[in-house]
Amino acid sequence: MSDRPLTKNIVDHEGPTGIARYEARGGYSAVRDTIGKLDPNAVLDIIKDSNLRGRGGAGFPTGMKWSFVPKPDGKGHRYLVANADEMEPGTFKDRLLMELDPHQLIEGMILSAYTLSADVGYIFIRGEYHVAISRLNEAIAQAEKAGYLGDQVSGSKFSFKLHVHVSAGRYICGEETALLNSLEGKRATPRTKPPFPQVSGLWGRPTIVNNVETLCNITHIITYGAEWFRQLGRGSDGGTKLFGASGRVKHPGCWELPMGTPIREILEGCAGGMADGYELKGFLPGGASTDFLIAEHLDIPMEYETIMQAGSRMGTGTMIILDDRACPVGMIANLEKFFARESCGFCTPCREGLPWVQQVLDKIEVGNGSDSDLGILEKQASFIGAIGNTHCAHAPGAMEPLTSGLKYFRDDFINHITSKSCPYSTNQSAKRGVS
Amino acid sequence: MPNIIVDGQTIEAKDGANLLEVLLNEGINVPYFCWHPAMGSIGACRQCAVVGYANEDDTRGRIMMSCMTPVSEGARFSVNADNAESFRESVVENLMLNHPHDCPVCEEGGECHLQDMTVMVGHRDRQYEGLKTTYRNQYLGPFIGHEMNRCITCYRCVRYYKDYAGGDDLSAFGSRDRVFFGRAESGVLENEFAGNLIEVCPTGVFTDKTFSKHYTRKWDLQTAPTVCQSCSLGCNTYTSERYGEVRRVHNRYNHEVNGYFLCDRGRFGAGHVNSANRIPQAGIRNSDGRYDPVDLETALSAVSDLMSSSDGLIGIGSPRASLEANEALIQLVGEENYCNGMTDNECEMHQVILDVLASDLITPAMAEVEDYDAIIIVGEDITNHAPRLALSIRQSIRQRAGELAESSGIALWHDAAVRELAQAEKSPLTLLTPMADRLDDVATHSIRLAPNEIINKTIEITNAVNDATPSSAREIAQTLIEAKKPLIVSGTSLNSPNILKATTNLAIAVAQHNPETGIFLCAHESNSVGASLLGSDRSGEALLATKPNTAIVLENDIYSRFAEGALESIDHLVVLTPLDDSTASQADVVLPAGSFAEAEGTFINSEGRSQRSMVVFKPKGDIAPSYQLLTRLAGHAKQASTLRSELAARHEALQPITSIAPNEQFRIAGSKVARMTHRSSGRTAMSADISVREKRQPEDQESALAFTMEGNQQQAPAALRTYSWSPGWNSNQSIHKFQDEVGGPDRSAVDKRPLFEQTRRLTPYDISVESEFDPGQIVILQQHIFGSDPSSNEAEEIASLIPQPYVRMNSTTASSLALTHRGGAKCRDIEMMVLVDDDVAEGCLIYPSIPATTALAGVASTDFTAIEGWIAPSEAVKASLITTDGAR
Amino acid sequence: MTLNLATDAPMDSLTEIEIGEIEREIQHLPDRQSAAIDALKIVQVHRGWISDNSLAAIAQLLGMSVDELDGIATFYNLIYRQPVGENVILFCDSVSCWLMDGEKVCKKLSEKLEIEFGQTSADNKYTLLPVTCLGDCDHAPAMMVGDELHHDLTVDNLDEHLK
Ligand SMILES: Cc1cc2nc3c(=O)[nH]c(=O)nc-3n(C[C@H](O)[C@H](O)[C@H](O)COP(=O)(O)O)c2cc1C
Ligand code: SF4
Ligand code: FES
Repeated sequence: MSDRPLTKNIVDHEGPTGIARYEARGGYSAVRDTIGKLDPNAVLDIIKDSNLRGRGGAGFPTGMKWSFVPKPDGKGHRYLVANADEMEPGTFKDRLLMELDPHQLIEGMILSAYTLSADVGYIFIRGEYHVAISRLNEAIAQAEKAGYLGDQVSGSKFSFKLHVHVSAGRYICGEETALLNSLEGKRATPRTKPPFPQVSGLWGRPTIVNNVETLCNITHIITYGAEWFRQLGRGSDGGTKLFGASGRVKHPGCWELPMGTPIREILEGCAGGMADGYELKGFLPGGASTDFLIAEHLDIPMEYETIMQAGSRMGTGTMIILDDRACPVGMIANLEKFFARESCGFCTPCREGLPWVQQVLDKIEVGNGSDSDLGILEKQASFIGAIGNTHCAHAPGAMEPLTSGLKYFRDDFINHITSKSCPYSTNQSAKRGVS
Repeated sequence: MPNIIVDGQTIEAKDGANLLEVLLNEGINVPYFCWHPAMGSIGACRQCAVVGYANEDDTRGRIMMSCMTPVSEGARFSVNADNAESFRESVVENLMLNHPHDCPVCEEGGECHLQDMTVMVGHRDRQYEGLKTTYRNQYLGPFIGHEMNRCITCYRCVRYYKDYAGGDDLSAFGSRDRVFFGRAESGVLENEFAGNLIEVCPTGVFTDKTFSKHYTRKWDLQTAPTVCQSCSLGCNTYTSERYGEVRRVHNRYNHEVNGYFLCDRGRFGAGHVNSANRIPQAGIRNSDGRYDPVDLETALSAVSDLMSSSDGLIGIGSPRASLEANEALIQLVGEENYCNGMTDNECEMHQVILDVLASDLITPAMAEVEDYDAIIIVGEDITNHAPRLALSIRQSIRQRAGELAESSGIALWHDAAVRELAQAEKSPLTLLTPMADRLDDVATHSIRLAPNEIINKTIEITNAVNDATPSSAREIAQTLIEAKKPLIVSGTSLNSPNILKATTNLAIAVAQHNPETGIFLCAHESNSVGASLLGSDRSGEALLATKPNTAIVLENDIYSRFAEGALESIDHLVVLTPLDDSTASQADVVLPAGSFAEAEGTFINSEGRSQRSMVVFKPKGDIAPSYQLLTRLAGHAKQASTLRSELAARHEALQPITSIAPNEQFRIAGSKVARMTHRSSGRTAMSADISVREKRQPEDQESALAFTMEGNQQQAPAALRTYSWSPGWNSNQSIHKFQDEVGGPDRSAVDKRPLFEQTRRLTPYDISVESEFDPGQIVILQQHIFGSDPSSNEAEEIASLIPQPYVRMNSTTASSLALTHRGGAKCRDIEMMVLVDDDVAEGCLIYPSIPATTALAGVASTDFTAIEGWIAPSEAVKASLITTDGAR
Repeated sequence: MTLNLATDAPMDSLTEIEIGEIEREIQHLPDRQSAAIDALKIVQVHRGWISDNSLAAIAQLLGMSVDELDGIATFYNLIYRQPVGENVILFCDSVSCWLMDGEKVCKKLSEKLEIEFGQTSADNKYTLLPVTCLGDCDHAPAMMVGDELHHDLTVDNLDEHLK
């Protein structure tokens, strides 16, 4: 039993874990002990009991999500998809898991598929992750050869075929229903929920989409039990989580820590605090689509509920640090440029609203803002920002850093407008023109 | 029926409807874009937002899209909540960021859904200061203009074109705020129903090019309710005029017939009314064979002279002319000297149709076809011959998707979800056709057979209905007997009475298993069924065999319809026709008949439905409706309504024609129904260049419609409504204001009685195949949506899409005749391109039914000989690719 | 033999290797059209980009219309519908790199190669494109040159990364 189950095999300088080393460290024993031996419903109960919450951003309880999958009807395939699209700016955790311990994901998927009676799996991975792609393909071939994948997994009646689907770009593909359309070879426009993918997913069949990190947890939960998993957390959320920090900290990086680790411990302990000469101005706790928090929130534990209470979201758990020498308006402008560019173009508030927001931010940042611009930003933020106003969660996510930025860094916005320039401009590299 | 509460008021909601429909049904104005009554909801535009409350205690509620919200008992919503209103305003404001605000030069202006919705949400001031996205437009063919800058990205066009109409050459390209709707490359939109994009697009991206050429604002058009004359289905249209020209045709909603959509032949084919080929004036042939234009009186007395001096006078009526006109001819020449102008073969085919219509077999309305869950089409090229029906059949294959959705608890209006669930699942559709068919892509069984084999196969399937021995025929029979509602479809396009008979026998057999069984037989022309009722017992050939020397021909190009020899005895020919055709060129006297837009008339479509088409505008000069010319010849100027009553008195089956639309005495609060809108601005200015005095409007003695803007319009019954308009709803979307419920029947639709008793039990026909086809060499005339209807062919834009002559066959047939793909072939001096295509049934030679090939009637396959070294003109190659490519 | 009349026009046909690779993808999908993106990517690996002719050939192989396939192709940023240079540089313009002066580095790169985003260098060696976060934020700024990830970029060490 390890207190860092997800990264226990990931040892600096050892390189990726091949099947031999993976098995030597106990890998695939859960497959051998579970498949055909334990009733899938019993496995599902363990997952439910573990209180595992999805690591893809929304934190939805995995066991509950799985329980919405209807009973097998024998009428066709059932699918399990690993969401390895990881394109949320500031997020760099799934790549690590896939590059350095690909079998952990594969084993997690085999066990998940068994639990869900899924017979086909896809790892939907972004095209830029060349290293992860080739290591996963290699690992799948090894696992097939060892009888863990394919027909009659580990000698049982259960069969599971796993394929790597290499994506062709676009952040929206990470949204689980857009991902399904993309896997079907279509334009990656999100679908409406309901119907949920669990009922009508890939090619109209029951489908579960989970984040890579979520799936990596499955093997350990089954091996060591729900109780063990829950206890790994320091607060109410179970397990460990890959947390990260990027920006002007001394040691940017990604670490596996118990759920509920206070932010300060991560930023000051693991990341070594701010880089010399920089002060903390604020941070996004879990990727680009989470609300800013500021220094006063440093002692909050990284847990779904506590972060929510503080006004933000755990998101992917990889923090982006805004220092005092970077322009908050510029940072938000950068974020909104990203969101505007990545809109799928399906629904009006996102497609039209985000580019407008981006234009207004750019204008303010270069010193061309006017008093009415803040009003436009606020109006647009409330127009775009609420779940339900748009077709999917992309646009509301996009508004989180803006809304909270307007709250915490309002003075900066006003300064830009009154001084007709960017007060940080000596620190700014290039000036964006109004496009 | 759940009760819901909207802004404090309790509303009884329709079961299974979404909230948007419920609100619209209630008369509450909720703006929307991406939702369409025929296409359901996808939730893209976010325009239809309302506030929904979770429970009793919820006071804040949250924004939700009404089109995506199911209704359930006790659910509480607000349309008027401040945040809902401001959200809806923001949607328009954001949609306008890139919209060019070019309403003054936009064809949609004045009937634009985007304008209506913008006003409805109260958006006025623009805060956006950025640049607007601009796009390059495409050439999409002769019918449809493209102005992408106006796009609001509602996705209606691609959903309609791909999902609904089955087209595959229009797509959404790109993403984010740069989504482009168009083709991969400029080029003619291939789908036969592309024209509906004009009405489906809520703004001015897809516009009617044929209208733009002589554009007039909606409010300045003079419009009447008309019935499309381009095939036998009788889609309901609005035809609009200005300055004595037909300007455009657009859809007139008829819940049971065409619903919201037309085919492109019907929409764009009315140009013949303005054609240079019109007979503008009466003419008498002089001694050197040319025509002297004469005034009508002179011409009519010349006809009277011919009639009185004739040695055997006959009247040849027409399946293209109205019942009134045919009746006037009957009254003029006497019933015994009248025929309906069809050939023997046509009479025999249409007699089968009449038998079926009068029998206890169910002929569904065209719209009802969508509800059938297993269909077989026997030897009929629906898309080219009865186009609008193909669109209904295309929807019917979604029955299976509907069942799946129902079992998964997904509402049918949830369009994208249902499609994602159903994927490629489709209800059974069997095609027995001699070549590739446009419906192949939705068919579960596409079987290529020569006509004689089609008959045999149909007989086999009929036998297999009651014989469970496994066979391919049984497999098809099974799809029919296992269906909840099977439908058997055929028609006259292969010109074979036996095909119709075999089809009917199949329907009889299936109906014994399932009383819900439907049969739909497509007649040939706009009034084939009506004309058949007037006399299918005597064909043109039979009457001509009496060797008359004088004939009065009503709107019928007998010189292309009948074999030359049949007309030998005719020395004196009087022709009533709107267009100069091969018959007019043989006439002694030509009388200028009014086109459909200038003559009121009643037509009976393939379903046996009688429908009234009204006069759009008073014709120029001496042009007059045929029935008026004929009654004047008979010495009594009768009104159309009189002719109808007299006809109905003689033919019991025709009783309903007198009551399907109000006659000329009808008034609403003392007023007639105005053909012009009350906003009409042009009347005083229209002829100001000639005289500043306002011209007196012509009076209409014949109908309850008036040629003015004064009069009642809003309350007019559907059959007389001259345009769709309602306060705040200036576009065609206003139609829901006239429906009982969204997408339902028109509130004021009168008298939908079927024309026939539908009681007679049919006994199966005896069929002898041998007599009809020589299996060795079968030459088939291929119908073309653009090319096979003589009237619409006269419209310039349609004419540009008529294929060049070709002959099509499979490789075995080609090699037996020594013909090669893209080589030349010759038959009776007509040169044509050879298309070798293995999707053609063995032994069949197929050439198009187009004006250039009329001379080929009755040829044998061996008459087609190779032309050495022939090089296809590149235009020919292109044109035949576009229009002969069947289903790719 | 069935002749497809619509596609008699000259068209670059796919190589056997390409077809083989595409067919292999199709094998684990329920229908041919679902392989649209895989097929585009495969052909792009071999040809660098997707020309109109390649697109038409793929569409034919998958039994779909050019219009439909192009609608898909133009949605995705890693499908290139215009020619690209020998190496595509995907420069991360997302937030962590921005915080670490990515813009400055990118500007330098742009000056060095004399190209802006979306352009190809005169010697056809490089095409510069912006890309969303490469998942290498702890080593920002980062970029990909071809299939290779380069990180911890500075204005001064750029040269080393461009061989
Ligand atoms: C715009 C958008 C992008 C997303 N991108 C990703 C992603 O790259 N990876 C991921 O795992 N989840 C992503 N998600 C979340 C997924 O939709 C989904 O919730 C997640 O894959 C479910 O997995 P989990 O339950 O294991 O967290 C995204 C969501 C949205 C709205
Ligand atoms: S919010 Fe709307 S436009 Fe934006 S990505 Fe989601 S569906 Fe597409
Ligand atoms: S009409 Fe409801 S979202 Fe478009």
